Amino acid sequence: MLRQAQPERIDERFAVQAIDLVKDFGDMRAVDGVSLEVPTGSIYGLLGPNGAGKTTTLRMLLGIIDPSGGTRLVLGRNRPLDAAPEIGYLPEERGLYPSMYAREAVAFMGALRGLPIAEGRRRADALLAEHGLGDWAKKPIRTLSKGMAQIVQLLGTIIHKPRLIVLDEPFAGLDAINQAKLEELIRRETRNGVTVIFSTHVIAHAERLCEHIAIIAKGKVAFDGRVDEARAQLRSIVRLRTRASDGPWRTAIPAGARREGGEYVFELPEDGPEPLLKALIDGGAGIETLAIERPGLHEAFVSIAGNATAAEMGREKPE
Amino acid sequence: MMRFIRSALVIARRDFSATVLSKAFIFFLLAPLFPLLMGGVFGGIGARVATQTERPAVAVIGLPADFDRLAAARDRMAQAIGDEALVKIVGFSPDGDLATQEKRLLSARQPPVRAVLSGGLSTPHLTGALGGDPATVAQVRLLIANARSGDSAEPPELPVTDLPVSSGSMVKDRAVTAQIGEMLLFFLTILLSGMLLSQLIEEKSNKIIEVIAAAVPIDAMFVGKLFAMLAASILGIIVWISAGAIIIQFMKHGGVATLPPPAVGWTGFLLLSIVYFAMNYLLLGSVFLTIGAQASTVREVQTMSMPVTFAQVLIFGFAATAIGNPDSAEGMAAAIFPLSSPMAMLARAAEQPEWWPHLAAILWQTMWVALILRVGAQLFRKTVLKSGPRLPWWRFGRA
Repeated sequence: MLRQAQPERIDERFAVQAIDLVKDFGDMRAVDGVSLEVPTGSIYGLLGPNGAGKTTTLRMLLGIIDPSGGTRLVLGRNRPLDAAPEIGYLPEERGLYPSMYAREAVAFMGALRGLPIAEGRRRADALLAEHGLGDWAKKPIRTLSKGMAQIVQLLGTIIHKPRLIVLDEPFAGLDAINQAKLEELIRRETRNGVTVIFSTHVIAHAERLCEHIAIIAKGKVAFDGRVDEARAQLRSIVRLRTRASDGPWRTAIPAGARREGGEYVFELPEDGPEPLLKALIDGGAGIETLAIERPGLHEAFVSIAGNATAAEMGREKPE
Repeated sequence: MMRFIRSALVIARRDFSATVLSKAFIFFLLAPLFPLLMGGVFGGIGARVATQTERPAVAVIGLPADFDRLAAARDRMAQAIGDEALVKIVGFSPDGDLATQEKRLLSARQPPVRAVLSGGLSTPHLTGALGGDPATVAQVRLLIANARSGDSAEPPELPVTDLPVSSGSMVKDRAVTAQIGEMLLFFLTILLSGMLLSQLIEEKSNKIIEVIAAAVPIDAMFVGKLFAMLAASILGIIVWISAGAIIIQFMKHGGVATLPPPAVGWTGFLLLSIVYFAMNYLLLGSVFLTIGAQASTVREVQTMSMPVTFAQVLIFGFAATAIGNPDSAEGMAAAIFPLSSPMAMLARAAEQPEWWPHLAAILWQTMWVALILRVGAQLFRKTVLKSGPRLPWWRFGRA
C-alpha cells in the first residue's frame, strides 16, 4: 500500500530522506524496504552490484516512478517533482536528441528545470567553453564523441544550479581523464553546498569521493552511514616483521595470525597496540617493521554485503 | 499550474522547432501535391480508357424513317435526362435473313451490341442478353412510345423566372458545403494526426525520456507534444489553404465567392473550421499519442497505424450521418460521441445557423481532450515507466 503521509517533521539536516521504500515490478520485488538519510551538502554514494536496486531507488527518489510502498522526502517535498527545479539528474542510460546543437541541448535541459531559455543558452556557452567544448557548441550532438556527449549531458544536469545532483553510474563510459574531471566537478559542487548522490558499482570511486555511503544488495540496505563508520566495522590489520625468529614474545601474537612473506598478519587486538608493543619489546622480538593498516572500503564492503556480492562487484572493473 | 504550462511549452517549443526546421518538413508541405498529381495522372488514364471504350448500343434493324423517328425521340429525351444516361442506338437496314443478321450483329465488336430491335415501330421486338438489364428494356419502350407520338410529344413552352436562391437549392448547397467541410476535416486530421503515433519513439529510443520524466509531469509532456504537432499542422494548413485559394481564384470564374455559402456565414464557418480542426486533432491526436506511447519501435508503430486508420474511417462514416439532417438521432449521436463530434458539428455549422450548440460542443470536446490526455499519461506511467501501485480499473483516472 502506497503511503503518501508526510514524515513527522522536515529535517533540514537531510537533503533526502527515504523510509521503507518498496518497489514491485509484477511479482518481482526490486526494492525491499530501503531507508536512507542523505546529509545536506554531502557526497553520498549508493554502492551495490548491478541489479541491486540502486537505479530503481534513485528513480523513486526523483519521482520518475512511484514506490509501491514507503515514503520519500526530497529537499523538503514529498512529491519529488515539486522540487524538480532544484534537482539535477544524470541517468544511467544517457540520452540526448541527436539533431540538437550542444548548446541547445544543455539549455533545453535547463529549461526543463525552469531556467529561462535565453539564460540557459548564455550559461551553456560559458560551461561548454569552460569544459573545452566551446568549438562544439553549435554542432549537432550526433557529431560529438560518446565522451563529449556525456559531458554535454552532465553540463545540462548542473546548468540550472541545482541544490541536489543525482548521478546514476556517472563514471561509466568515461576515460580516466574525464573521470578525474568529473570527480573534481563533484567536489566543486559540494564545496558550494550542493548535495550529490551518485550510484556506482565501482568501490574505488566511492572510496575516493564519498563521505557517506549506502550499501544496497538484493534490494535492501545493508549499511547506511559514514565511510569511516563502515571501515570501523572491521578491526585494523597489523603487519609485523621481527629480527628474532622465536622467543617469549611469541605469546603476544594472536592465535589466528598468518604468515605472509616473513610477516605476521593479524587483526589488531581489542585492547589496542600498546600491550602488544610492550610484550614484543620486553620479549626481545626485535621489531624490524610494524604496520597497522586501516581496512579499506572494499574489505568493509565484503564484511557488510558478503563475499558473494563483493565477488559480483569485483567482476565489474572500473572503466 | 503555471509550472505545468511552462513545462508543456518547453516540450512544445522543442518538438515544434525539431519538426518545422527539419528538411523533412518541406516534403510535408509538398505532400498534398502528390495526391493531386496522382489524381491528374490516373484521371488522364481513365479519360483515355473511357474515350477508347465504346458504350454498348442497341442495333435497330428497320426502315430509315423508323430509325429517324427513334433518333429524334432519343434527342428529345436526352435534353431532359442527359445523353450519357440514355441507351445508344445504331441503325441497320434489313439484310436477308433476320435471324442471321441479328446473330451477326450481337457478335459484332464495333460497335458492341447489347440488343437488337427489329419489327419497326409497329411490331417491335427486342433480342439480346437483357436478363440483368431491365433499364435498357424500359428505355427502349419509352423511346418507341415517344417516337410513335412524333411531334405531339414535343414538350410545351415553359417561361422561366430565374432566382439566385430558393429553399431547395439552399438545402442542397449547404449539404454540399457540409460534406466538403467534413471531408476536408477528416482528410487533414487523418494526414496530420498519424504523426503522433510515433511522437514518443525518439524519446524512448534515445533514453531522454528519463531526463524529461524526472523534470516535468508526464501530462505536461503529452500536452506539449500534442500542441507542438497541432501548431506544425496548422502551419501546414495555412500554407495549403493559401495555395488552394489562389488556385481556385485563378481557375474558377468568380473565385471562392462562388462556393455554396454555409448557414453560419463564411466568417463563422472558417472560424469554426479552425476550432473544430484543432479539437478533432487534439481528440484523435491524444488517442494516437496514447496508443503510440505504448510502442517502443518504429515497426510497432507501423503495425498499429493500419487499425488506427480504419478506426478513423469508421468515425468519419459515423460523423457523415449528420450531413443533411443534423437533428436526427444519428446526427445527434455523432455530435455527442467525442471522436466524431468535431466533424458532425462542422457539418451542422454549414446547415444550421444557431451558435449555442457549437459553444456546448467545444466545451464538451475540450473536456474529453483533457480526460484522454490524463488517462494517456497515466497509462504511459503505468505501462512504460512501470510506475505506481496496482489499481483497479475504476480508480485508474484518480491515481
